[in-house]
Amino acid sequence: MPTSRITARFDKVRAEGRAALVSYIMAGDPDLETSYKALCALRDNGADIIELGAPFTDPMADGPAIQRAGQRSLKAGTKLTDVLALATRFREDDQDTPLILMGYANPVFHLGYEAFADAAADAGIDGTILVDLPPEEDHELREAYARHEISVIRLATPTTTDKRIAKVAEGASGFLYYVAVAGVTGSGSADPEDIREGVERARRVSGLPVCVGFGVRTGEQAAAMAAIADGVVVGSAFVDHVRTSLEAGTPDEIPSKIGALAAELSGALADAGRN
Amino acid sequence: MPLVLELEDEYRAAKKDPAFLSQMDDLWRNYVGRPSPLYHAERMTEHFGGPKIYFKRDELNHTGAHKINNCLGQVLLAMRMGKKRIIAETGAGQHGVATATVCARFGLQCVVFMGATDVERQKPNVFRMKMLGAEIVPVSSGTGTLKDAMNEALRDWVTNVHDTFYVIGTAAGPHPYPELVRDFQSVIGQEAKSQLMEREGRLPDAVVACIGGGSNAIGLFHPFIEDEGVRLIGVEASGHGIETGEHAAALNGGRPGILHGNKTYLLQTDDGQIIDAHSISAGLDYPGIGPEHAFLRDSGRAEYLTCTDKEALEGFQLCTRLEGIIPALEPAHAIARLGDICETMDKDQILIMNLCGRGDKDIFSVAEHLGMEI
Repeated sequence: MPTSRITARFDKVRAEGRAALVSYIMAGDPDLETSYKALCALRDNGADIIELGAPFTDPMADGPAIQRAGQRSLKAGTKLTDVLALATRFREDDQDTPLILMGYANPVFHLGYEAFADAAADAGIDGTILVDLPPEEDHELREAYARHEISVIRLATPTTTDKRIAKVAEGASGFLYYVAVAGVTGSGSADPEDIREGVERARRVSGLPVCVGFGVRTGEQAAAMAAIADGVVVGSAFVDHVRTSLEAGTPDEIPSKIGALAAELSGALADAGRN
Repeated sequence: MPLVLELEDEYRAAKKDPAFLSQMDDLWRNYVGRPSPLYHAERMTEHFGGPKIYFKRDELNHTGAHKINNCLGQVLLAMRMGKKRIIAETGAGQHGVATATVCARFGLQCVVFMGATDVERQKPNVFRMKMLGAEIVPVSSGTGTLKDAMNEALRDWVTNVHDTFYVIGTAAGPHPYPELVRDFQSVIGQEAKSQLMEREGRLPDAVVACIGGGSNAIGLFHPFIEDEGVRLIGVEASGHGIETGEHAAALNGGRPGILHGNKTYLLQTDDGQIIDAHSISAGLDYPGIGPEHAFLRDSGRAEYLTCTDKEALEGFQLCTRLEGIIPALEPAHAIARLGDICETMDKDQILIMNLCGRGDKDIFSVAEHLGMEI
């Protein structure tokens, strides 16, 4: 079996002696053309892995920034198949940057797990994070993914017990997404030292790279997280640039604003290296 | 996940704890007013000319509906777990009022999430909750209705899980909530069963309840599931009519999906996005339905009918005039279907309908719909 894009990317990042920048944007926010440009801007400015948000009417794990991004995307008429089409377009001239589809279970369930797995593999999606599908309930999805190289990426939190982390790790692949704070996306940041032990345990039990997210917004915070994690996830801070650009009446600036933040974050991670 | 797993463990322990059960029983009896009467609705029976109709009078409970049965159970569990802060979602405000009531009784902090749209249209209940000491958080995310209030409550819960207990009001949500709510509401069916046994020496031929998320219906149905001769009949709210798309009938007009931690029937678009429910009754206004009802429907054990806004208004007036009982708009949906159900039954048969709430809260909106001034 060839090495997956996710594994290859973590190998590369590790060889460079730094943590990976995992960035998130909402597909179709405010429209698919802007999202395509933003994806390119992320890649061109050092994003190692890209999470592509799929909008959902009831995003119960998200804070206000990503909730509103989802509403903007839905208002523009974005469907799950549009999100996959966006990935397909990005893959036309990028074969290396891992793309993770992040969203909620119902649109995927509604399309059908098999049909979705086929379409996602065709579109060059490397993994999915469906935040409301716990390990107990995702075996059908994993079966559908088995014929393709799609990873099931799971979440762990500081409240995840030892026993639980083993369950979370079972059947997970690609990387583990460690939620640094109890709460929703975009909430307050955590002290890396408070979660060091949890992150190390998650890595040890799963044997997977661990990326830490929730509440990381600046280069400084990202660099601090890099001391304990294999990757740092930034989402709401990117999405906020969409909102502020729209409010300022300058939607054309969205890709460049997003690119500038990616450059700041990736620069900070390169400088920080890995401990 | 750890939070719901912890809740499940605690519930298993509580169910076996005589102290927990006797405290619950005492409060049900002396605070809520249980058992609620089983009433022979004589004029309603005459009106339809069919089976003998009994009402299970859960509208006589403290706070005016069946909601408090479950709130008491969950708040007692919260106290066992040492949680001092209680949160709840509410649509019409009945579950919010019941939760705020029990919190006041035990001196617990109470925060109720309510869609901004609902805060506007349910002012009397908002006022009641405030008087009871609850903090009301209007939710304007999404479409500002019950499902969004539930999303916001879930967000609060994952953020504050160390000191907070989430009291879910309907038989939906993540496991073990549907089971918890069903068990606490099953007191309705258990009482009805033994009361009828005492009165008539037999089981009913049919039990009927309205369905939003399905908590009062599952509470009535559950003790009868094994009694194969008893028809279980739920009545969903079909709003302006299922064909209009503006309704709340998840079983009759929805498709299987995943929301709020359970797989069930949902109102949704072709892309799996959730559609807002519509019903004249805010308490039935939820785009999903408890997963156990989905199971009972698919297995054919229970039947699920529908009732429009207009028919519910007729049921509301019929019950008021014939029995001198002003029902809530929720059970008015079940009342409105009694005629059709009676036609399928014989005169010597018996039907029990759960009158799960009283209509005081609805008089303003009923007056408006009937074009009357208060």
